[in-house]
Amino acid sequence: MKKLRWILIVLLVVGLLLSACQAQPAAPEEEEGPFQIAVVMPSSINDLAFSQSMYDALLRVQEEMGGEEAMTFDYSDGMFVVDDAAAAIRDYAAEGYDLVIAHGSQYGSSLQEIAPDFPETSFVWGTTVDTFGIDNIFAYEAASDEGGYVNGVIAASLTESDVLGVVGPIETGDAKLYVDGFVAGAEATNPDVQVNVNYIGSFSDVALASEAANTHVAAGADAMTGTAQMVVGAIGVAEENDAMWFGTQSSQTELAPDVVVANQIYRWEVVLNEIIDLIGEGTLGGQSFTINLENGGEVIEFNPEYDLPEDVKDLADDTIQGIIDGTISTDVSE
Amino acid sequence: MSKPSQENWYAKLIDIALPIFATLAALIVGAVMLLLLNVNPIEAYAALWEGAFGSQNALAETLVKATPLLLVGLGICISFRGDVINIGGEGQMIVGAIIGTQVGLRMVDSPGWLVVPLALLAGFAGGALWGGIPGLLKAYFNVNEILSTVMMNAIAVQLMTFLLRGPMIDPAQAELASKIPQTARLMENFRLPRWIPTRLHLGALIAVVLAVLVYILLWRTTWGYRIRSVGQNPDASAYAGIQVKNYIVLALVLSGAFAGLAGVMQVYGVNYRMITDGSGSGFTGRAGFNGIVAALFGQLHPLGTIPASILFGALLVGANKMQRVVQVPSALVIALNGLVVVFVVSSEIWRRKRQRRRLAAEMALQEGAPGESDGSEAAHYGGEVD
Amino acid sequence: MISDLFSMTVLVGILASGIRLATPYLYAAIGETFGQRSGVLNLGVEGQMLLGAFTAFYVAIQTGNLWLGVLSAMIVGAVMGLAMAFVTVNLQAVQGISGIGFYLFGLGLSDLLFQRVLGTVETVKGFPKFNLPVLSDLPIVGEIFFQQNILVYISFALVPLAWFVLNKTTLGLKIRAVGENPEAADSLGVSVARIRYLTIILGGTLSGIAGASLSIALLNVFQQNMTSGLGFIAVALVYFGAWRPFGVLGGALLFSLVNSLQLWVQVLGIPIPSDIAVMMPYILTILVLVISVSRVRAPSALTKPFKREE
Repeated sequence: MKKLRWILIVLLVVGLLLSACQAQPAAPEEEEGPFQIAVVMPSSINDLAFSQSMYDALLRVQEEMGGEEAMTFDYSDGMFVVDDAAAAIRDYAAEGYDLVIAHGSQYGSSLQEIAPDFPETSFVWGTTVDTFGIDNIFAYEAASDEGGYVNGVIAASLTESDVLGVVGPIETGDAKLYVDGFVAGAEATNPDVQVNVNYIGSFSDVALASEAANTHVAAGADAMTGTAQMVVGAIGVAEENDAMWFGTQSSQTELAPDVVVANQIYRWEVVLNEIIDLIGEGTLGGQSFTINLENGGEVIEFNPEYDLPEDVKDLADDTIQGIIDGTISTDVSE
Repeated sequence: MSKPSQENWYAKLIDIALPIFATLAALIVGAVMLLLLNVNPIEAYAALWEGAFGSQNALAETLVKATPLLLVGLGICISFRGDVINIGGEGQMIVGAIIGTQVGLRMVDSPGWLVVPLALLAGFAGGALWGGIPGLLKAYFNVNEILSTVMMNAIAVQLMTFLLRGPMIDPAQAELASKIPQTARLMENFRLPRWIPTRLHLGALIAVVLAVLVYILLWRTTWGYRIRSVGQNPDASAYAGIQVKNYIVLALVLSGAFAGLAGVMQVYGVNYRMITDGSGSGFTGRAGFNGIVAALFGQLHPLGTIPASILFGALLVGANKMQRVVQVPSALVIALNGLVVVFVVSSEIWRRKRQRRRLAAEMALQEGAPGESDGSEAAHYGGEVD
Repeated sequence: MISDLFSMTVLVGILASGIRLATPYLYAAIGETFGQRSGVLNLGVEGQMLLGAFTAFYVAIQTGNLWLGVLSAMIVGAVMGLAMAFVTVNLQAVQGISGIGFYLFGLGLSDLLFQRVLGTVETVKGFPKFNLPVLSDLPIVGEIFFQQNILVYISFALVPLAWFVLNKTTLGLKIRAVGENPEAADSLGVSVARIRYLTIILGGTLSGIAGASLSIALLNVFQQNMTSGLGFIAVALVYFGAWRPFGVLGGALLFSLVNSLQLWVQVLGIPIPSDIAVMMPYILTILVLVISVSRVRAPSALTKPFKREE
């Protein structure tokens, strides 16, 4: 008997909850005032990598547009759980934000589902080129292979041991593109060079990233690179062993000013500005953008502290120009 | 069965209210942290409530979050009752999802009424497999299940990454340079029905029905009796002729199976594809761990796990909303989650004390009456049985 | 390519990096061994490590004193241990769950502090390689064992010390008695509560050092969730080592060596998919246990709260 009652209570609770569900969600309010952006990001805004590159870009966009009067943005960082991110995206859209940025390739599926429910809101998804043919979704990606290629060219010109090391997270997406570009650039410059690549299977295991770098050093590497937030462990190893380091996504110079040669930096504002302009004109999506060396969305930042030989600097500049002109192909995209 | 009385109801009510008070106490400590971050705690907690229960969509999200917690929790009820500590829920969810997704990806020409049940069964089987391995290792090679399930979690994550960026990758992604590690999207007729316009899916109801079935399994069948008996006293069980090893394996197989089902339901009910961010919890949302907490809040009782999962799901969903509204780092949400777990689990002592007092009073009343055997077995997990 | 694995450089590389990687596991797992020997399972090791790692880093960067960093990490670890002990001993909470709670708390709080106090990833000048006279100059052996930072040496020295304490001292006897038969220990006048407080706080302290060994010795940075599951592996290694310090050492070395081996497998271009290579240490740890078919029993009172009969 008592058990039966238990079951009844549970059913009653569930029934009550469901019936409470009848209320309609509040309609998004049309607001005068600043342009409102919401962004959902997988890691933390100060990861010195992927998420920080977007956060910093938003700060720059805000400044260019004229501060908080003109544009405000809210963020959810650390949203690595895909369905939590989906809930956040839907919620931001329902709150009436003008632009909702899903900054992670794993969020695409959710966006595909949510965007049609909010035809007045513009969504943007990266990194990808796929807008699903939905006309309120923009897409963006980084041609990270281009900066990778340039870094590879410089590394291969500077190495004395002819061995380079790469520390990657998992073999996919932006990371794989960057690594493949680096390998291609290095091999095109110096046929004798050997590039050892290590994927550690994690975006967060700083200790293993550091040990991967140690392995590269033991294998003779005198220049290394790596991508994603766990490489901060590898940079320390480079510094300790006086090996050159090449950064990507955000500037990593400050972590090891003596050994960082160059960084590929993402400047998403190039894409964001364009998207904000389009929204102003009434286009809410349907286009995809790529940041690359040509449009200034990717910049190679040389560490001023590092004494880069003149001829290598020239070679790097020529390579950048060659990629922009299309005379050099990174040869990684299929 | 003792007769339900007025007092009994009152006692029950307090037992149920206890974890809620503990949660409130944890939120008060959280309020101090919020104040330190220059955030008005009242505003923050209003947002938390709003996010968990404030609207149709909020309620639905709470239940969506609660579903995998309940399913994993049901498995935990079984294994912990059998004194097997399964902390491999994360890996079991992943493997269940992998195998279940295969069904939907391969049987594209079959009707939905066939594919969906088959996929759920496949997920169940996948989880059973991933739980069964530590079960066999424990029973026949004396490999501790905490060790093996921790390791199997890590193995499952790498297996998922390997499959999703290789053999199982979305053909559309395989052609792009970005190569997002995800499978193709499930056909529309392969998706679990939803309570439109929310994400609440049929899986929630299935999970509740299964909770009843697990209750029946544990207390109304020989299998259940033996699992509990082995958990309580393996030596006596062996003496009584129970094949202890088989029931250790069974406990882990069933436990894994429910986690596997939770995994496959995330695919067929929520995401419509399998996707990874390189970590395990990106896919599971830590349900493999949080389900353990939910089951213990539910006093390792399948029916108690239902409200416990909803409470916990509400907290997770509401805390995310709070993060958005008052713009605190998501790290605070995790810390708060931890505080709630510690406070609730600590509050159990008062429930146990009350229970002991009641038991003593009953004993005094009816000296020599046949005692209920299932009162003490889960005592060291704080479990309670009707 | 596979034959490259057996060259001297590679072997020395694997061993040296295996020893470095084993260090945080050793601190955390030895601490956990004391706890479990007294009957307490602490799944919160990872949270204690993260808070320890952050504290050590922050104090080191503020004061420039690395030892002060280690000391602060120990204190923070001990405080976390104290809280765990109160919840476990006095409130008799379910140990597996309270541990998960403390893990989440440490994970969140360390990240929160990192974001609010430091704001960005920085580096600190950590413990340098500490060369021992003569030993460090030995060919091969010196390179593998004696060109490490001081926290590495201490972690290995901890193993025989822990063995001695557990097996050769009265305190060790009390700890084991409390873990095996708390009722009997109690009746002989051993305070079960006091012993468990002691071991849990000790475990927290060592987990704090484990965190410090990452943030100011091995890696010299702090990053959110930088332990990345290391604390859970440490708990698993206690089971691998069958609650014996030298067994734990074996487990930590096995796991770490295979991990550095898989890094080399990738570097040498041996054609195995990277994800499969990453699985190797996990699979091998299980396999070794299967083959060795250990018959060692867990401490009888593990996870069971002690209630004094009145």
